[in-house]
Amino acid sequence: MGARRFWSWLWITLGALYFLVPLYATLHFSLQAKRGTLSLLAYQNVLADPQFYRTFAFSLQMAAATIVTGIVLIVPTAYWVHLRLPKLRPAVELITLMPFVIPAVVLVFGLIRAYSRPPLLLVSSPALLVGGYTVLSLPYMYRAVDTGLRAIDVRTLTEAAQSLGASWPTILWRVILPNLRVAVLSGSFLTLAIVVGEFTLAALLAWPAFGPYMALLGQNRAYEPAALAIMSFGLTWLAMGVILWIGRGRQGGPSELTGTH
Amino acid sequence: MAFLELVGLTKTFGATVGVEAVDLAVERGEFVSLLGPSGCGKTTTLRMIAGFEQPTAGRILVGGEDITARRPNQRNIGMVFQAYALFPNMTVADNIGFGLKVARRPAAEIHARVSELLALIKLEEMGDRYPHQLSGGQQQRVALARALAIRPQLLLLDEPLSALDAKIRLSLRNEIRAIQRQLGITTLYVTHDQEEALSLSDRVVVMNRGRIEQVGSPFEIYNFPQSHFVASFVGTLNILPAEAVDPVAGIVRAAGQRIAAPSGLSGMAAGEQVMLALRPELLTLNRRQGMDNHLEGVVETIAFLGSIVRIQVRVHDALIALDEFNNPNLDLPAIGDSVAFGFPREACLILDSAG
Repeated sequence: MGARRFWSWLWITLGALYFLVPLYATLHFSLQAKRGTLSLLAYQNVLADPQFYRTFAFSLQMAAATIVTGIVLIVPTAYWVHLRLPKLRPAVELITLMPFVIPAVVLVFGLIRAYSRPPLLLVSSPALLVGGYTVLSLPYMYRAVDTGLRAIDVRTLTEAAQSLGASWPTILWRVILPNLRVAVLSGSFLTLAIVVGEFTLAALLAWPAFGPYMALLGQNRAYEPAALAIMSFGLTWLAMGVILWIGRGRQGGPSELTGTH
Repeated sequence: MAFLELVGLTKTFGATVGVEAVDLAVERGEFVSLLGPSGCGKTTTLRMIAGFEQPTAGRILVGGEDITARRPNQRNIGMVFQAYALFPNMTVADNIGFGLKVARRPAAEIHARVSELLALIKLEEMGDRYPHQLSGGQQQRVALARALAIRPQLLLLDEPLSALDAKIRLSLRNEIRAIQRQLGITTLYVTHDQEEALSLSDRVVVMNRGRIEQVGSPFEIYNFPQSHFVASFVGTLNILPAEAVDPVAGIVRAAGQRIAAPSGLSGMAAGEQVMLALRPELLTLNRRQGMDNHLEGVVETIAFLGSIVRIQVRVHDALIALDEFNNPNLDLPAIGDSVAFGFPREACLILDSAG
């Protein structure tokens, strides 16, 4: 038992070191902007750059639009597949996995080709960027919503709401969506993380987004990109923390209780 | 005219017939149970009335109005599900008030109705709780209150007690019946539990393989089953192969004995193979005097079932169960003893051998 415990801890420690050592090295490097001493100069430089705010704000807006589009598109689709078309589930899952197979660069050239001439002249519209981001975030959002739907008795809840006079929009808005709160939130945060750091689509469609800004900074500066990486990492962990906080204590609680026991 | 009418209601799933030409009339305020084994079509019938399944053929009329093509949310039919189906994101009060909110009733009216229903189900203090904070029995009471809140013209209950333990099931059963009587709401109740159906209902509809086998009061269904299926599904029944000897006088031959059954076996000819069905509680051990019939056999098993003792006696090829009321002075035979038991002619049910 003791030997087993030892090996378990050894592997956990090695795994943790594999992740933490580069992180620590990046953090340490980001604090060395002032020669001979540790300082927050690189962070100050990043935060003092108006481009940082402009690009970050733009990416946040795009992320918000992508999240809304994703929810509007995916929640009703996944709900309908669960309720009425369960046989189509493998096909839909396959479609949602396509962004893993098709590289972003192929997607963006396809988008440019398809939407660069009338009547679908959209290359200069942020809608095309949001559309591209929606495709990229599809696997994450769909999977999160699908998992949420599996945890509730979709059919019975729908029928109960119908028998009480509810229409389809009411059922979706008041019954299904609130019970997918944690699922939709986790899908949204994953989408946020993808959109904020995305480079290919934004660069090739020529939008001043945060991804291209980080790449540009990496080419011209030494310590600031490391500071940015740490800040992005902190942001991601904050997002994860928010998901955990919102979903706290829900084991067997409302989101999982389906009344089928 | 009946309040709820099912006319030739049929539902097929591909080549499978789920419900076949069901005709049923339910009076206003009546409590009717659909009773049958799994897959007999009782739930499908209920789901068609609720609007969750579209009939392949036939019509559904409520209050003389044809609602067959109406969507479920436009039928004003309350439904209680086996799985409770409470909305997990809403409190008990919000669950009960959901239908009224959907109907855009004023907040004051919703509040008053919710309070009224919480009192009806005796959960006045639990309005702010969430479903997962309630027991199964409490959840099902809330589901009942939610279904009643919209003042439905018809209440449907789909095996509402199946997920509960025996004690709760019994108390909730009585509660459901009391509430139904108090409100006088026309109710259709689906169950596979014969005791539940018999104890709750004004009338019982026994279904088998998508068809109605028999409709009648619990007394009629239990005492005068019209088919082999009903007789064997409702209660315990001993079946003996028999031969009609004198159908007019009601005489048959079973296990080598001449048995006097109720006279006038309609539609049967002498020499025809029939089934003699006997309820265990109507057979009396070691008593021939005053009995129209008796049979002999060897005791195979004796089982104590609490208030009754079930004795199984081998009579030729058939195993016959006899129920005796338990009491400390009961003189029981031993396994292997030869015994005789008697029964009156009224205890004999003669069924078509085809079932």
